Amino acid sequence: MAIDTNKCVGCADCVVACQTENNVPHGFSRDWIVENVAGTYPNLNMNFRSERCNHCDNAPCVRCCPTGASHIAEGGIVLVTHDDCIGCSACIESCPYDARYVHPDGYVDKCTFCIQRIDKGQNPACVDVCPTHCLHFGDLDNPNSEVSLALKNRKWYVLAPEAGTKPQLYFLT
Amino acid sequence: MKTRRQFIKISTAGAGVAALGLHSLKVKGLNLLGEENTEEPVSDEDMTATPTYCEVCFWKCAGWTYVDKKGRIRKIIGNKNDPHSNGRMCPRGTGGLGMYNDENRLKTPLIREEDDKGHQYFRKASWDEALNLVAANMNKLRKEHGPECMALFAHGTGGKIMSHLIKAYGSPNITAPSFAQCRGPREVGFFATYGEGVLSPERTDIRDTRCLVLIGSHIGENMHNGQIQEMSEAIDNGATIITVDPRYSTAASHSRYWLAIKPATDIALLLAWMHVIIEEELYDKAYVEKYTYGFGELKAHVKDKTPEWAYGITTIEPDVIRRTAREMAGAAPSVIVHPGRHVVWYGDDTQRSRAIAILNALLGSWGRRGGLYNPEKVHLPSYPHPPYPKPKRSWRDAFPKGKYKLASEVLTSGICDATIPNPEWDCHLRGWIVYGTNLMASLPDQKKTLQAIHSLDFLVVIDTMPMDITGYADVILPECTYLERYDILRDSPHREPYLALRMPAAKPKYETKPGWWIAKQLAHRLGLDDYFKWDNIEEMLEWQLKQKGSSLEEMKRIGVKKFHREYDDLYNLQNLEDCEFNTNTGKIELYSTELEEEGFDPFPDYTHHPEPPEGYYRLNYGRAPMHTFSRTVDNHNLWDLMKENKVWVNPKVADLWNLKNGQEVWLKNQDGIISIFPIKVRITERIRWDSVYMVHGFGQDNKKLTRAYGRGANDTHLISKVMEDPIMGGTGMRGNFVTFLKEAPANNRKEDKA
Ligand code: SF4
Ligand code: SF4
Ligand code: SF4
Repeated sequence: MAIDTNKCVGCADCVVACQTENNVPHGFSRDWIVENVAGTYPNLNMNFRSERCNHCDNAPCVRCCPTGASHIAEGGIVLVTHDDCIGCSACIESCPYDARYVHPDGYVDKCTFCIQRIDKGQNPACVDVCPTHCLHFGDLDNPNSEVSLALKNRKWYVLAPEAGTKPQLYFLT
Repeated sequence: MKTRRQFIKISTAGAGVAALGLHSLKVKGLNLLGEENTEEPVSDEDMTATPTYCEVCFWKCAGWTYVDKKGRIRKIIGNKNDPHSNGRMCPRGTGGLGMYNDENRLKTPLIREEDDKGHQYFRKASWDEALNLVAANMNKLRKEHGPECMALFAHGTGGKIMSHLIKAYGSPNITAPSFAQCRGPREVGFFATYGEGVLSPERTDIRDTRCLVLIGSHIGENMHNGQIQEMSEAIDNGATIITVDPRYSTAASHSRYWLAIKPATDIALLLAWMHVIIEEELYDKAYVEKYTYGFGELKAHVKDKTPEWAYGITTIEPDVIRRTAREMAGAAPSVIVHPGRHVVWYGDDTQRSRAIAILNALLGSWGRRGGLYNPEKVHLPSYPHPPYPKPKRSWRDAFPKGKYKLASEVLTSGICDATIPNPEWDCHLRGWIVYGTNLMASLPDQKKTLQAIHSLDFLVVIDTMPMDITGYADVILPECTYLERYDILRDSPHREPYLALRMPAAKPKYETKPGWWIAKQLAHRLGLDDYFKWDNIEEMLEWQLKQKGSSLEEMKRIGVKKFHREYDDLYNLQNLEDCEFNTNTGKIELYSTELEEEGFDPFPDYTHHPEPPEGYYRLNYGRAPMHTFSRTVDNHNLWDLMKENKVWVNPKVADLWNLKNGQEVWLKNQDGIISIFPIKVRITERIRWDSVYMVHGFGQDNKKLTRAYGRGANDTHLISKVMEDPIMGGTGMRGNFVTFLKEAPANNRKEDKA
């Protein structure tokens, strides 16, 4: 997924759309907004980032999961099988992005890229709702996908590359 | 483990990312549907989608309400064929189901009672009893004082049917805060120039523009859906955005130029821009010659309004003024100097809007692609009814003859004045119906509002939520939310004419009823059945749709229908086509003969406005993308995103006062009015050192709003000074100044919150 920080307005529509799509309980969320401000008045810079699980290629949350509930599914999506999850929270400790939370029903939950939608060829709910069209979702292995092209033509960064997790959310600048 | 599970992580200025404010809410197993449930997502095919258009704000985006097999509303998704939403609702529209699910909703009709000890309370009543009581009061008032003593405050779609009722009853006093507290000066200023207003949604062709100029208009924080989407498209297309705002708004952060202007000096900048464009001969000569009136006078008027002159007033460097003027001219006619929406600032707002209108004319953007397009709406015939009775008097009679003559809509403040008994005016207004607008958060000068309310014989409030205004009602009629009702068709103007249908996705919860039903029931009790000859609204909609070659059945299927334009082209002045404007001269009036006739300045001029006294800061207010005024503050989904407003303070000011981030303070204004609840400090470089800022709509004082009660401060409460626009009666609200109280004042209600 690529996120265009030049266009995001921090409206959190992506957060609400995720909650209604995925029935996320009140008080929790799978995605969230970060506002960055730098400089002093009137020489300022600001952007917003819509963040969520990075679906890391080298996911510490998967490595440390004692039951195998956290796993990497087809297409590189990191998922938690609710029934196998014992709620030990080891994965929460290991995630450098704080992308996971304990669902009130005892299992650990996080962004699934709306797997139920992708399976049907739809975009994740956040991507389809974003009023600024700043979220792009697609296949990074396909060099001609919208995301691959965006990464080819634009500058981008990932979060906490030093953690070595090989995150798969790319922030376009 | 770090507790960072919160939605909006706000950073402190200058220091990259730092998360502030922790999410402490832990609701055991409650899902968004307000019930214990761990169900997996339901796929779209397993749900029924019914068409609606959103009522969380005035943009009225069309969408689909998805209902699962158990009849529960699961989500709201935009309708792809709708130009307001283009298939994408904004966060408030997406979270609109929080309005339906809100357990704090008004549930039954309520009637004010008093016990023997003089203690007043609300008693639950049946619809019959409540409607009979309202009708008895209205019948009595009509008989004893005349129907013109009744006023209606109406906001939103349902307000239209209430207006129909009140017109049939015989009163012309139908008002809404959207005029005198919002876009009125813009409509009057553009009308004086072009003989037409800007309308809603605004006729701005942002999608195709090459240069967008925003003057205090914080698109992105105000979530006017279509505009945000188009602004994003314009960014993709490489358009230049110029934002003029003393605050570093979201829009400013997306702009090539941010002009950090000194508050209250915008007209000086606009005049200097005109000066550059005229003196450097950058204006559209053919356009100006063919269409405009008074160019020579304008040239003389701005002769000495040099960028150097404006620099001393606005603090914007002359070079920046010149560069931005050239950018606009370079993009012309695909340039928009945006008229804004909430423009009641300093009392010279019609003149500022005029300056914006004139600048657009010099650039030749009105009627041009990428400028201001020529909108069209579907002309829907109304269901046949007898003519409305002719009112014998109106709110205007409470004022000297000719006052507010250019107010093209009824003034809320004028209604308040006409309600307060006055020896000069023997028949003050005595009954109000307030429909869907929380006057305590929308009208400045609360003292006057309350004085008017206390002068009333009776006050009826129709709403979905127990907002502050309901606390003053004699009778409260609970309406169901937009997701549970039919309403009139949406026929707003756009690039092409469209109709949109709203139909219920679920049965009204509790004992709530749709607005159309309430209006019809009252009409019956007032002997006005002839005005509501349909049995239910479906019959009325069906009739209207048939006139347009459609049907209810078709609209239920498609939600939104596009019609062909019947009048001029979308870009009707693109190639200098002939055009007669609806002004005195038939031209675009750079020089306003209408204003001159009424004794006002035919050209906008800069006037110096008062500045904050020592130790005080200008109170600036605005919007957050996840809330619509006070209407949404109790919506659980949106409350999750933003629970309270904070007062933005520049770090220098924070140092001076030794304020800490997150510290609670009370605000006191220039008239000694102190905020009822404390508000937390947000220290940020995004605000100037002479101003503070807060998001409007918070600090609600009704305990029934269990989530919103006492969260943050109510800016409206602190706006006691009104800078009235003499041209059209707009209530300028940006001339109020506040200081900080670090200790709880005597009127503090913080303890009540616990
Ligand atoms: S919906 Fe889009 S614009 Fe809004 S916060 Fe999310 S990513 Fe940003
Ligand atoms: S972001 Fe966190 S939860 Fe997601 S894959 Fe990476 S480590 Fe795991
Ligand atoms: S802009 Fe948002 S709140 Fe307003 S009508 Fe559209 S979806 Fe609803």
